[in-house]
Amino acid sequence: MYSERVMEHFTNPRNVGEVEQADGEGQVGNPICGDIMKLSIKVEDDRIVDIKFKTFGCGAAIASCSMLTEMVKGKTIEEARAITNRDVAEALGGLPSVKMHCSNLAADALQLAIDDYLSKKEEGSNA
Amino acid sequence: MNRIYLDHAATTAVRPEVLEAMLPYFTEKYGNPSSVYSLGREARRALDEARATVADLLGADEREIVFTGGGSEADNLAIKGVAFANRHKGNHIITSAVEHHAVLDTMHFLERNGFRITVLPVDSYGMVDPNQVAEALTDDTILVSIMHANNEVGTIQPIEEIGRILAEKKVYFHTDAVQTAGILPINVAELHCDLLSLSAHKFYGPKGVGALYVKRGTKIEPHIHGGAQERKRRAGTENVAGIVGLAKAFALAQGEIETSAAKLTALRDRLWDGIAARIDHVRFNGHPTQRLPNNVNVCFSFIEGEALLLNLDMHGIAASSGSACTSGSLEPSHVLVAMGVPPEIAHGSLRLTLGRENTEEEIDTVLDVLVEVVAKLRDMSPLYEETPSKPLP
Ligand SMILES: Cc1ncc(COP(=O)(O)O)c(C=O)c1O
Ligand code: FES
Repeated sequence: MYSERVMEHFTNPRNVGEVEQADGEGQVGNPICGDIMKLSIKVEDDRIVDIKFKTFGCGAAIASCSMLTEMVKGKTIEEARAITNRDVAEALGGLPSVKMHCSNLAADALQLAIDDYLSKKEEGSNA
Repeated sequence: MNRIYLDHAATTAVRPEVLEAMLPYFTEKYGNPSSVYSLGREARRALDEARATVADLLGADEREIVFTGGGSEADNLAIKGVAFANRHKGNHIITSAVEHHAVLDTMHFLERNGFRITVLPVDSYGMVDPNQVAEALTDDTILVSIMHANNEVGTIQPIEEIGRILAEKKVYFHTDAVQTAGILPINVAELHCDLLSLSAHKFYGPKGVGALYVKRGTKIEPHIHGGAQERKRRAGTENVAGIVGLAKAFALAQGEIETSAAKLTALRDRLWDGIAARIDHVRFNGHPTQRLPNNVNVCFSFIEGEALLLNLDMHGIAASSGSACTSGSLEPSHVLVAMGVPPEIAHGSLRLTLGRENTEEEIDTVLDVLVEVVAKLRDMSPLYEETPSKPLP
C-alpha cells in the first residue's frame, strides 16, 4: 500500500533524534489516531542548518518526517514556512488517502518549531 | 531471507493432503451434486461424506450441518437467520463487545432493523461473565451470540457455562468457533450451543468455505434464496471441492489436536517468556490461562504497531496488530479497548499466532528481531525519552 519512496524513508529514516541546543522545537499530537511527532531545528542566518525528528507514529508518519527533514535542511525560514503536507506527500510519491493526515503531523510540527524559533528570537532581541 | 509466518489467526496455508483431496472435484469429478446421473451422484457422495465427517467431529447429526461461503457467512446466517425466523417471539439479542466484526456488524444491522441489542462488557482479560449473560436475559430475548475464543487476544470464553444457562432458559445460543475449530476439541452437546460457526481457512483448509451447525429444531430463515441445497437453508450449487477440503482439513486437525496443542503451547510459552525476559515495558493481553495455545498478544509501550509490523516484515516476519494505524478506520482494536487497554498502549499491540509449521529456531529468530526492532522504534519515540523508567498508564 505504500510507495517505494515511503518504504525507503521508513527503512532508513533520515535525521532521527534531537538537535542539540535547538533554536526551535515543535511537538504535535494527532487528533485522528493519537500519534505524536516532535521536531527540533537549528537556525543560522535565518537558514535551517539542522533538523531532527522523533515520532510515535505509523510507517507513513516516520517516512513523512524523514522526507520533510530532507526537504527543509538548508532552506530559509521563509522557504520552510511554505512547505505543506501535500508537498511532503508528493515528494514521497503519494500516500494512501487514510494516511494523508500522517504527513500533516510532520508539516504541523515544522510550523510549530518555526514559531518557537521566531518567538525565542523576538524574546532575545527584546531582552 | 526465510519467511516466518506468525499470523495463523488471519489465515493458514492449505495442507498438501487437503489440496490433493480437493483437486479431483475441480476436474474429473466436476458434477453438480443435484444432478441425477452418475457424475452428479459422485459429487453428491463426496458432499455427503464431508457432511458426515464434520457432523461426527462436532458430535452432531449430518442434517445439522450447513456449508457456507466462510466464517462470516456462517455468523450472518446464524444471527440474521434466527433473528428473522423468531421475531414473533421477541426482538432482543445479546452479544459481547469483543466479537468479530462478522458478528458485531450483523448485530448493528439488526439494530437498524428494529431489534434490540445488548452488548455485554468484558473484564480486563477479555472474558464475558456468564452471570451477566443471565442478568441480561429478558422475556424478549431470542438469541445470544458469544464467541468460543477471541481472534485477537486468544481468550477462551466460558461457553459451556453460558450454554447451560441458556439451554435452561430456552434461548438460542450461537458461538463463533472460527478460532477454536482445529485447535480445541469441539463438541456441540458439551458446549450446549444451538448454532456454531467455523471456517476452513483457519485450519489449513481453503478460503471461502465454512460451516454452520444448526441444532435440529432451531428455526432459521435463509438469506440466500434459490435452489433447495443445504436443506433450503443456503441456496446455490455447493462448493464441492471446498467442502471436501474443509472436511479433510478439519478431520486432520481434530485428529492431531493433542499433539498440536502441546507443540503450540510449548512454542507459545517460549515466545511469551522470551519477550517477558528480554523486553521491558510490555503488557500481555488476554487471559493468562484460559487462552488459545497459539496466541500471543502483547503491547510494547511507546511505539506504534504499524511501524512495528513493517519492520518485522523487513525481516521476513508476518504478524498483525490492533493498532489504529493499521486499520483503515484509524480506530484502535475494539477488543483491546473493550478490555480497558488505554488507546496509546493499544497502539503498540502485536499479535503473533503460531501454527503447525513453526519451529523453536523461528521463535528464537523472532525474539532477536523483536528486541532489535522495538529498541530501534523506541529510540525514535518522543515518549520513551520522557519516561524512560516507567510504563505508560
Ligand atoms: C472469530 C472469527 N469469526 C469470523 C471470522 C470470519 O471468517 P471468514 O474469513 O471465513 O469469513 C474470522 C476470521 O477472520 C474470525 O477470526
Ligand atoms: S500517524 Fe497514526 S495513522 Fe499515521
